[in-house]
Amino acid sequence: MRSRPDLPAGPEGPLTLAFPGDARSVRRALRHVIAAAPLCTLSDADRGTTELVLAEVLNNIVEHAYVGCTGRITLSLDLCASGLAVRITDDGLAMPGGAVPSGLLPTNPAAPAATLPEGGFGWFLIKSLTRDLAYHRKEGRNHLSFTLPIG
Amino acid sequence: MKLKPSTIQGVLTVTVQENRIDAASALQFKERMRDVTQGTAHRVILDLGQVHFLDSSGLGAVVAVMKLLAPDRKLELSNLTPTVEKVFRLTRMDTIFTIHPQAGMAGQNALKA
Repeated sequence: MRSRPDLPAGPEGPLTLAFPGDARSVRRALRHVIAAAPLCTLSDADRGTTELVLAEVLNNIVEHAYVGCTGRITLSLDLCASGLAVRITDDGLAMPGGAVPSGLLPTNPAAPAATLPEGGFGWFLIKSLTRDLAYHRKEGRNHLSFTLPIG
Repeated sequence: MKLKPSTIQGVLTVTVQENRIDAASALQFKERMRDVTQGTAHRVILDLGQVHFLDSSGLGAVVAVMKLLAPDRKLELSNLTPTVEKVFRLTRMDTIFTIHPQAGMAGQNALKA
């Protein structure tokens, strides 16, 4: 997997897991990942941000990619010099337009409170908190990767 | 979804006694808030001091409660934990809501205002 053999893996190496793409399994996987290496070694702030981004991405897969169907999700986390490298795959529907949503902030603070949106914050948060976000679809599978800055 | 309402001098404080408001619990949160705020004071303070995790669904639910209470009643927030505070700051929702550092302080400020 590693393209740079001169960059050694952390003591634990990458954490990889696969689980069903439903809400309950996602919640259980998150709980496990947050408590296990490498995330358990991070500060509370970094762990909180990581949990938020993973929850947004995984819940999107359950709600949009696996709408009306089921399948598996794979998650891989690797703590390296540039941050936490995350790779996520699923076998659900492709992203509309073959790209991740624009993730613009849906809120206009000047707009009346009654018109405030109650959704649409997910991709904004993901894009705000990650670097090198990349998506592609290959052989019926969605591949999403990004880096979470650490420290 | 455990919510603890308490009214002090006309200000209703609702303490969320859960550590998450997320995709799995957002709807329940909204419905419970609707129940506990019925026929209440003009000011409702939501104490989020025990909530360590709030995702975009949870944020949407808090916005929905604010809209539910409007225009006669105002929803204010207090006691945000660091990760929750970050969500409000990044989405600029910190400019929409009055956010108090502590619940006790929120009550005092509410009385003064």
